[in-house]
Amino acid sequence: MKKTFTCVVCPIGCELHIEFDPEDISPEQIKVSGNSCPRGEKYAKSEIVNPERTLTSTVKLNSKILPVLPVKTDKPISKDKIFDAMHIINGLIVSAPVNAGNVICKDFINKGVNLVACRTVSE
Amino acid sequence: MEQRIKIAIIGGGPAGLAAALGAYESGIKAEDILIIERDSCLGGILNQCIHAGFGLHRFGEELTGPEYAERYIKKVREADIGFITDAMVLALNDNKDITYISPTTGIVHLKAEAVILAMGCRERTRGALNIPGTRPAGIYTAGTAQRFVNIEGYMPGKEVVILGSGDIGLIMARRMTLEGAKVKAVCELMPYSSGLARNIAQCLDDFQIPLMLSHTVVKIHGKERVTGVTIAEVDSSLKPIPDTYKYISCDTLMLSVGLIPENEVSKGADIEIDRVTNGAVVDNFRQTSKSGIFACGNVLHVHDLVDFVSMESELAGRSAAKYVTEGFSGENKSDTVPKGGVRYVVPQKYYGSSIDEKTEFFYRVGKNYRNVSLNVLADGTLILKKKLVRAAPGEMGNISLKGEALDKARKASNLVFTIEEGENV
Repeated sequence: MKKTFTCVVCPIGCELHIEFDPEDISPEQIKVSGNSCPRGEKYAKSEIVNPERTLTSTVKLNSKILPVLPVKTDKPISKDKIFDAMHIINGLIVSAPVNAGNVICKDFINKGVNLVACRTVSE
Repeated sequence: MEQRIKIAIIGGGPAGLAAALGAYESGIKAEDILIIERDSCLGGILNQCIHAGFGLHRFGEELTGPEYAERYIKKVREADIGFITDAMVLALNDNKDITYISPTTGIVHLKAEAVILAMGCRERTRGALNIPGTRPAGIYTAGTAQRFVNIEGYMPGKEVVILGSGDIGLIMARRMTLEGAKVKAVCELMPYSSGLARNIAQCLDDFQIPLMLSHTVVKIHGKERVTGVTIAEVDSSLKPIPDTYKYISCDTLMLSVGLIPENEVSKGADIEIDRVTNGAVVDNFRQTSKSGIFACGNVLHVHDLVDFVSMESELAGRSAAKYVTEGFSGENKSDTVPKGGVRYVVPQKYYGSSIDEKTEFFYRVGKNYRNVSLNVLADGTLILKKKLVRAAPGEMGNISLKGEALDKARKASNLVFTIEEGENV
């Protein structure tokens, strides 16, 4: 089976051509061309096996300065769990002070993936 | 109030922050630098760009906008570089006199030895497009909507049509979808998107949002609030085709139809403006047509990537430092000339003796190309040929000169940048 899609790893956006056997999607068996770096090949394979995305959003913040705090998953999560993740994010409330990098929610969606703050808010 | 400063920087976004650090790292004392920022905090537009994708070139990792900003803000604070927030620059003249106002200082007349323009850009609005129809609530530029959602915490609407496929529009299509809105279509007047290919993939394709190329909004409906828009396909001369009119009900129309460098303040100093970039005409030090006034970042030309804004602004900062400590020589500047497919080149001028291996030239092309070459000619002689697998109006390119090509460029009175198509490529 053949597939063509755009690499989202970096702003270059290479057009990736993927050839694989739908019966056997082990990464070694997937052929990738069109990528200009190894990260493109890795992305193409994960896109066939288990597509993942880093999710960014905001959570409600108790603060004198800002009403919402930007957050992100510190690792990519499965693409099909993105709306489940948004549902949890929309129920979270954080209070200042908070530092960029602080874990807001541990083992978020997947074990080993944390939701972290992206901005420092002092009060 | 009267105030004096060595280097004044107008704007505390990515450009202003990097320019301040560039000047500081060149030996200018922290107290001799002042960043003037109109928002209540430093960081500029990065604070509302909560998506990831910043810093791959600069830091070798993928950061969100606020994280990228914070790295620079931290350095500025650690160096104790002066800055004032909630301060709006009202005027600048070619004598480098700045007038700004803030609630804590009142009106201040600031005399600077060098000025760095780092005001960024603004979005084109409905008024710039002349879309017919009523004037209800619910029409936003994509960046304004982005501020509402990501900073203020409000949702601007539930059913959205986006006109224009610039990166902010694509990013907002995803953001609105994640927050529960229905994005019904992204219409793009041109037959290609001006956004990055990766953003079409991860912001539209991931969520099955249709991208309608060669389509535009011909009418906005609604009295109090937007109730819908009429869209139409356009022909090759970009005129709407009558029998393709289609009504889409929605409560929100977002516009992502281009950015314009914000040069109102620069005009007071009578700075020469490039009619293509809408930014200042600068030399390779990023000095404008007025001695001691520099420009960098999106106020100079609209960039795709903040990484390049930072690099360019550090250069402007170093140049301003050089200007206030030793000055520039009076040697003549040469011109860069965009031709045949190349829309613009920045810098527009250069000092021959001062361009070195680190001198990069940024350019944009006028349409989509595949397998072409970018040729650089020094006084009519080809000195460099760079193969481009593809080139697109939405993607800024850069080219640097080395070795023999560099020697020839130094002696030339003009450098022509042009796209070559066909067999010889």
